[in-house]
Amino acid sequence: MTDKRIVRSRFSFRDLVAEAGVGMLARPGRTVLTVLGTVLGIAALVSTLGLAKTAGNQIVTRFDALAATSVTVENRAQGFSQPGTQQESHIPWDAEDRLIRLNGVVAAGTQSLVDTSNQLVKSVPINDPLGQSEYSIDVYAASPGLFNAIGATLTTGRFYDEGHNERQEPVAILGPGAARRLNVSRVDQQPAIFIGDTTLVVVGILNDTKREPVLLDAIIIPNNTARHLFNLQAPAEVQIRTEIGAAQLIGQQSAIALSPNDPSLLRVTVPPEPKAVKEQVASDVNTLFLVLGGVALLVGAIGIANVTLVSVLERVGEIGLRRAVGATRRHIAAQFLAESAAMGLIGGLIGASIGVLVIVAVSATRQWTPVLDPWVPLAAPLVGAATGLIAGLYPSWRAASLEPIDALRTGT
Amino acid sequence: MTQPRAVQSVPVVELEAVSRTYPGFPPVKAVRSTDLVVNEGDYVSVVGPSGSGKSTLLHLLGCLDRPTDGTYRLRGIDVGKLPDGKRTALRGREIGFVFQSFHLLSHRTVLDNVVTGMLYNRTPRRQRIPQATEALERVGLGHRMGFTPMKLSGGERQRVAVARAVAPGPSLLLCDEPTGNLDTATTDSLLDLFDELRADGLTLIVITHNEAVSLRADRRISIIDGVLAEVDT
Repeated sequence: MTDKRIVRSRFSFRDLVAEAGVGMLARPGRTVLTVLGTVLGIAALVSTLGLAKTAGNQIVTRFDALAATSVTVENRAQGFSQPGTQQESHIPWDAEDRLIRLNGVVAAGTQSLVDTSNQLVKSVPINDPLGQSEYSIDVYAASPGLFNAIGATLTTGRFYDEGHNERQEPVAILGPGAARRLNVSRVDQQPAIFIGDTTLVVVGILNDTKREPVLLDAIIIPNNTARHLFNLQAPAEVQIRTEIGAAQLIGQQSAIALSPNDPSLLRVTVPPEPKAVKEQVASDVNTLFLVLGGVALLVGAIGIANVTLVSVLERVGEIGLRRAVGATRRHIAAQFLAESAAMGLIGGLIGASIGVLVIVAVSATRQWTPVLDPWVPLAAPLVGAATGLIAGLYPSWRAASLEPIDALRTGT
Repeated sequence: MTQPRAVQSVPVVELEAVSRTYPGFPPVKAVRSTDLVVNEGDYVSVVGPSGSGKSTLLHLLGCLDRPTDGTYRLRGIDVGKLPDGKRTALRGREIGFVFQSFHLLSHRTVLDNVVTGMLYNRTPRRQRIPQATEALERVGLGHRMGFTPMKLSGGERQRVAVARAVAPGPSLLLCDEPTGNLDTATTDSLLDLFDELRADGLTLIVITHNEAVSLRADRRISIIDGVLAEVDT
């Protein structure tokens, strides 16, 4: 067997890396230009992924602060109740005190629509035949903590406090809509309003609330005043503001705190799991950006393929020589593949760095918190290398399929 | 060397009725039924005009091409039956090439160029630099190792190519018009180098159309229209 005497050619991995490295560095200018496409593609991918994540996180943070801390407790509906007939409530009058003791509750307060028998509300007892001076306005009873729980702010005056509540004082806070209709804009003169024949002193006018906008058009009075004047039986619902992240827990605890005998009588509304919202927003933004980054990367790959092909055609002589000194087709293909993959890898590394810088820069100008999945900058160079490898397939096949005779004859 | 050299009695090159025909209308018989034996230490020149089949003979001898008929044994190994990969390996170990156009890598140093000749044929990595250095000193270019070929004269470039060819220790040095790009003075100097290599026991085949070059060889073979004939000296 004559074949046994022939030892196969070998091109070790270390030699391959060295030859590919030198091949790249032989033409630094061209290598830089070739790599540029991949740099742009990877930078686009990394920065869009990061910015989508950052922006998505930002949207979610704003959303969180408002909604993710709101918990509402109501009575569970028990069949159909006639208007005017008060349904039995399982919320105690001291709901505010019970809830504020829970760790994670920032503020809590009861809120109940008061049945005033549809009495109209007026501000001054003047009979003006031309203008309307009496209005149908909702009256709500609220415990003092409600204002903090719903994030209410005042235009003028003050909120009533526990003292007003205990003394059953006839005081009222007007929502801005109600104040405008009743023509009350200042409270320093202690203006009075009349619900039917009942007189109430306005102590404050709301500016805005973060929750429960229904109160913006209402008259708000203390719980005990409502019990005394309008025979309010029990609070209808409780608004709770929690620490960020505590809403889910408080949702479970509040029903037990308010109705220890049978928590199931109460219905607790908590915000949706913030994570679900976050992922939804992030994925919407991502898709578009990813497509753009992918297109950029494709352009980069075509750039590498092009230049590698040109390089193969230029180095025909070198290929012929290498074949003459014992390189197999596989060795030639490996060398050109390694060069294009190395260019992709370098492009990926630079691109990932630029992408991260872009994310940080944009975040800095927008005062956002830059957010980036750790796998993105780690995977980016690999994606670049894979791009280079794929781009090098055709040129290296061309190089490998050259006949050594032709390569030696045509190349110099 | 991990592989023991073949026994002395085996000729380096053995052609038996070798011919090479290129398909076409009509088929071109570039080399006609040829017998040739080149023994170890021979210095053979093949001389012939353009189109006489010199290049085809070179490709056949260099294992770059296969004969269409006949048997070519290189150190006793039948080359015609080998698959491409083994033929390539054999070429890388047994044959050193010197081309008319040098085929040096212009961006690499002289030393790197010589090392390239040992990249694929299993020369251990730590032996490459010493062997390359030795070969360069042998051709008189020990002081040019860090240069790139672009800074060398034509004669020096061809010496680098010779160093690259002899550094791995081949059985056969195959030279294709080695002086084709050189002036008379450098040609003489290169031929002196060939004489020295010959004196060291290397087997040389020099293919040329230059009579003066072919006269320096021990054996002269002429090739005309694909037919080889020994020329008496």
